[in-house]
Amino acid sequence: MTRLVVVSAGLSVPSSTRLLADRLAAATVEALEDAEVTHVELRALAHQLTDRLLTGFAGPELEEAIEDVRRADGLVVVTPVFSASYSGLFKTFFDVLEPGTLDGVPVLVAATAGTARHSLVLDHALRPLFSYLRAVVVPTGVFAATDDFGDTGGAAGALDGRIHRAAGELAALVGKVSSRDAAGAPGGAASTRRSVSDELAEPTPFEELLRRVSEG
Amino acid sequence: MQIGIFTVGDVTPDPTTGRAPSEHERIKATVAIAEKAEEVGLDVFATGEHHNPPFISSNPTATLAYVGARTERLLLSTATTLITTTDPVLIAEDYAKVQHLTDGRVDLTLGRGNTGPVYPWFGKDIRRGLELAVENYALLHRLWREDVVDWQGRFRTPLQGYTATPRPLDGVPPFVWHGSIRSPEIAEQAAYYGDGFFHNHIFWPPSHTQQMVELYRRRWEHYGHGPADTAIVGLGGQFFVRKNSQDAVREFRPYFDEAPVYGHGPSLEDFTAQTPLVVGSPQQLLERTLASIEYAGHYQRQLFLVDHAGLPLKTVLEQLDLLGEILPEMRRGFAEGRPAHVPDAPTHAARVAAAGGPAATTAPLVADTATGRRAEDAVGVSA
Repeated sequence: MTRLVVVSAGLSVPSSTRLLADRLAAATVEALEDAEVTHVELRALAHQLTDRLLTGFAGPELEEAIEDVRRADGLVVVTPVFSASYSGLFKTFFDVLEPGTLDGVPVLVAATAGTARHSLVLDHALRPLFSYLRAVVVPTGVFAATDDFGDTGGAAGALDGRIHRAAGELAALVGKVSSRDAAGAPGGAASTRRSVSDELAEPTPFEELLRRVSEG
Repeated sequence: MQIGIFTVGDVTPDPTTGRAPSEHERIKATVAIAEKAEEVGLDVFATGEHHNPPFISSNPTATLAYVGARTERLLLSTATTLITTTDPVLIAEDYAKVQHLTDGRVDLTLGRGNTGPVYPWFGKDIRRGLELAVENYALLHRLWREDVVDWQGRFRTPLQGYTATPRPLDGVPPFVWHGSIRSPEIAEQAAYYGDGFFHNHIFWPPSHTQQMVELYRRRWEHYGHGPADTAIVGLGGQFFVRKNSQDAVREFRPYFDEAPVYGHGPSLEDFTAQTPLVVGSPQQLLERTLASIEYAGHYQRQLFLVDHAGLPLKTVLEQLDLLGEILPEMRRGFAEGRPAHVPDAPTHAARVAAAGGPAATTAPLVADTATGRRAEDAVGVSA
């Protein structure tokens, strides 16, 4: 069973961001055949995200969302465009993940906006963010402007095509790259960083900590 | 069971009046609070260490020595002593001195806690924080146990034939707790040496404290110090109480809402539900504190933070009176169901007894040849 987690940062209800997220999730599940999808809707976590910034620990619902992402085999992330970039809410969620959480994890990036003129946000903002987080970003990002949803002609067909191509790429990468074990710890060549939970489960022996100091 | 208080030494304006105490007032208030702790029957007073405004807690050893002189039986400790940016040679000397002056009433909690800018003020790099804690403590541990130390490491100049003075009282170093909120490596360090582990506990959910304490206990057993439940655990705590719990909530809310550590964040209700903060009646404080045993096991030391966020001294002293009133009941609660083999918190007397009695503490007559062993040698060199 592949664990797919969909993170969406739409603020209105209903939201076109969530709509795009749902279509990407459905297409990926179709491509993967055997996948379990968990949705992380950031609007409901907005207060806890701010609290997390100020207190250093996450409230129960946010903690659960972080844990879902930590255990994910692949991610679909979708943000509305605010001021030429991802929304602050979206960024905050990724800011509070422990370093190493996304090491080697395949991520499909997607965004929504009022006009197609914002479409470069995928490559100017989202792709660098997830490269920094050491995720594996799938080649095709999906951008949907209002027109894409409204057009019944070629444009809608084009969006559908992009969704399926990106979903197929994500599915292929999840199949190839995913090496997280049942405990959810990152492993394999794609990931060498250890998280606090890894350390709690299996601490680095103190002699090793001492040795590392002397070796610099 | 040792029950006491710990202070961070923040100077925060009282949000209900807008007035901040002067540094002088706050420093004197810290001493008044420590004296009150002894008066109401508490066992421990611990001070933090910060080197930047708005804190007044630099030089904790001066504070502890002064409080030691004005009290009779209060144990003096820290929460925490910065093992990362303070030279372990200085720590060895300072705390051994306070140990002598207070007849063994001192122990210390080591921590890394410091913000980025503080490290370079002391010539250190925060990115090496963990390694500094590891190397510096390894040296401190030797300085208190070996009369003459030859040492070379990464973070300070080498030591050749060095003797830290004064030697620890009765040949037994101050007991060391290792404090950490979220670094498993520090729990591992505490377990390795068979030292105590202190979890601040107060700003994070109990589930996190539980994981850290469990790791420490497991590794304590792994390193052969005894069964996991004999490890030496300390926990922080935090409360604001009034006889009537609604009065406590009403009075504390403005302080909570503006507090430097959690202000403008979660609601008081969320924060008390998610962390060990108790805002209510003394009975609620009693119940919540004793409930810690359920997830931390039977532990040895409980410290409460009572004097932060701009609370006026008068209020803090009232809080200590209220804590004092439930203290006998709290002690009974901690003793209840406690297995006989779970050790008490370490004291100097008990540790001296365990070491087979006091050892001589006269430093051996060694010194470098540049300054001379004795005054007449130095004269000989210069002549």
